Amino acid sequence: MPEVLKAPLVVEFPFTRSLGPVQSAFLTGLREQTVLGVKTSEGKILVPPVEYDPVTAEEIRDLVQVDATGTVTTWAWNPEPRRGQPLDTAFAWVLVKLDGADTALLHALDAPGPDAVHSGMRVRVRWAAERTGAITDIACFEPYEGDASGTEPAAHDGQFDDAVSGIVARARLDYTYSPGRAQTAYINALADRKAVGERCPNCSKVYVPPRGACPTCGVATAERVEVGPAGTVTTFCIVNVKAKNLDIELPYVYGHIALDGADLALHGRIAGIPYDQVRMGLRVEPVWTEGGRYPDHYRPTGEPDADYDTYKELV
Amino acid sequence: MREVAIVAFAQSDHVRTSDEQSEVEMVMPVLHQVLEQTGLKTSDIGFTCSGSSDYLAGRAFSFTMTLDGVGAWPPISESHVEMDGAWAMYEAWVKLLTGEVDTALVYSYGKSSPGSVRDVLTRQLDPYYVAPLWPDAVALAALQAQALIDAGETDEPALAGIAARSRESASTNSHAQLTGSVPQGDYLVQPLRKGDCPPVSDGAVAVILAAGDKARELCERPAWIRGMDHRIEAHSLGVRDLTDSPSTRLAAERAGVFERPVDTAELHAPFTSQEVVLRKALGLGDDVTLNPSGGALAANPVMAAGLLRIGEAAARIHRGESDRAVAHATSGPCLQQNLVAVLEGEAR
Ligand SMILES: [Zn+2]
Repeated sequence: MPEVLKAPLVVEFPFTRSLGPVQSAFLTGLREQTVLGVKTSEGKILVPPVEYDPVTAEEIRDLVQVDATGTVTTWAWNPEPRRGQPLDTAFAWVLVKLDGADTALLHALDAPGPDAVHSGMRVRVRWAAERTGAITDIACFEPYEGDASGTEPAAHDGQFDDAVSGIVARARLDYTYSPGRAQTAYINALADRKAVGERCPNCSKVYVPPRGACPTCGVATAERVEVGPAGTVTTFCIVNVKAKNLDIELPYVYGHIALDGADLALHGRIAGIPYDQVRMGLRVEPVWTEGGRYPDHYRPTGEPDADYDTYKELV
Repeated sequence: MREVAIVAFAQSDHVRTSDEQSEVEMVMPVLHQVLEQTGLKTSDIGFTCSGSSDYLAGRAFSFTMTLDGVGAWPPISESHVEMDGAWAMYEAWVKLLTGEVDTALVYSYGKSSPGSVRDVLTRQLDPYYVAPLWPDAVALAALQAQALIDAGETDEPALAGIAARSRESASTNSHAQLTGSVPQGDYLVQPLRKGDCPPVSDGAVAVILAAGDKARELCERPAWIRGMDHRIEAHSLGVRDLTDSPSTRLAAERAGVFERPVDTAELHAPFTSQEVVLRKALGLGDDVTLNPSGGALAANPVMAAGLLRIGEAAARIHRGESDRAVAHATSGPCLQQNLVAVLEGEAR
């Protein structure tokens, strides 16, 4: 069996998220080097603040300002920082209870090594030079020798000029995609300008492209079958909207094509004929461009149209 | 209440990479095995429910591909949870309790090999305050482990002992990935060493549930689900006491774990330190056989590892090795969400 195909796959998305009143005040506050918490009805101060009490689910809005100094409640030494993490040299992950707060905030601690970190140690916020209203406005924590100021958290109205109302949370994950045995065989056959499907041992249907299983019978489809190259248009639509990065003149026709010998229609662009003359039953064949990995489009073969009864099960 | 039991359980071999197989190619043999055990055909199944995550595959609606393996045409009664299969089983259990169906097929799978599971799991975190920092799954578990060490509830040698016991137990599990003596290795994130962490696994699992007499007909000794419950804790780690798992304790109480002693516990603890927390929450003594399958430290197909625990517990009842077992599944960072099931075999 030839090796399965593999290719890098990057999934990247700039998630745009809106903030509620409490999150907006907290993140805007970080931009202004002010740390805000929220007070629950029992008088507990949550930092980072949330809009609903995690225990009672009661709405909470009473903002208070706490200190930018605090105490490590637990830690973990990270010898090899990964992409996107706050520091690119070895650092400690820490939960820090800021002075005045009753809960802890997760962030990074810049320290020379694990021996320099312990639960109970005193730390303070190191602000990022450039701040935008995001959790990363705290660059990290750093060791701090001083005691807590002892001042009580003061009420804060949460009002700032030009408050941030949203964040863009960029996410990128890297994968190595492998399509598995069945689809690898399909893609490899395309390199020889052939279309292969797989036949279900139970119902004898031929699936193109094959995915390794018959969706009706729930069994593996192992017998490889060459289909096409010609086929029949089973249905189509006329596309009038230009897709991004697609260099095809509008309007164009996109159709479902049942290759001869296949029991499932695949899709492709239909060209070589005026768009308003494409019809169900039209006989077409693939057109390959130089170096193309798959048919660029399908064009009429010139044969008479297929009879509806021959493809009605595939519409 | 209607009686519902697990009547069949099958799993794949769990491996570091299964890239020669698509998801459906990986899942299908396992589906066929549970059907074979019961003699049921796909068309006999009343309800099908699956669990998986698109983020592992890096592709939207990835679970729809695996539906090809259950004979989804013509349309069947089917559902999916973007969670561990244990929660899919909960949904199926509820469906059976309503009396709407008599049998259910539940499966789940995890194919972690295409991506980096440590990074992928950061995307389930609070997107405002936590996810932008990209704290990976090992880092968060390490914070929990250090909290336990500081509280005097465990230490590094004790954690290494849990790792060793798990992989030793897995020696008798032909599907497990890491078995026998595995070195503890260097710190991945201190205090957790490589040996304290689960392997990165690809794998699949399936169970069949049946109600009442149908269960007796399909299985010689059904594993009756006497109770099942799941609970969740605050998502902010800094709000929680990481050395305890009140959600596990509450779920166990509601599921009836504490009514009578259990002889077996299959706990979903991907990190050694999490077993310490769960054992305390469930009040398990040394007389309970703990993770005889090797647990998630021996094979950790994300999204399948929880249902595997339930399946392994059920299989011990099927084989007559257990009379009353507790099975647990978790999801989210540092045991955020927990599901507990009580399984019993009838007196022999
Ligand atoms: Zn078939």
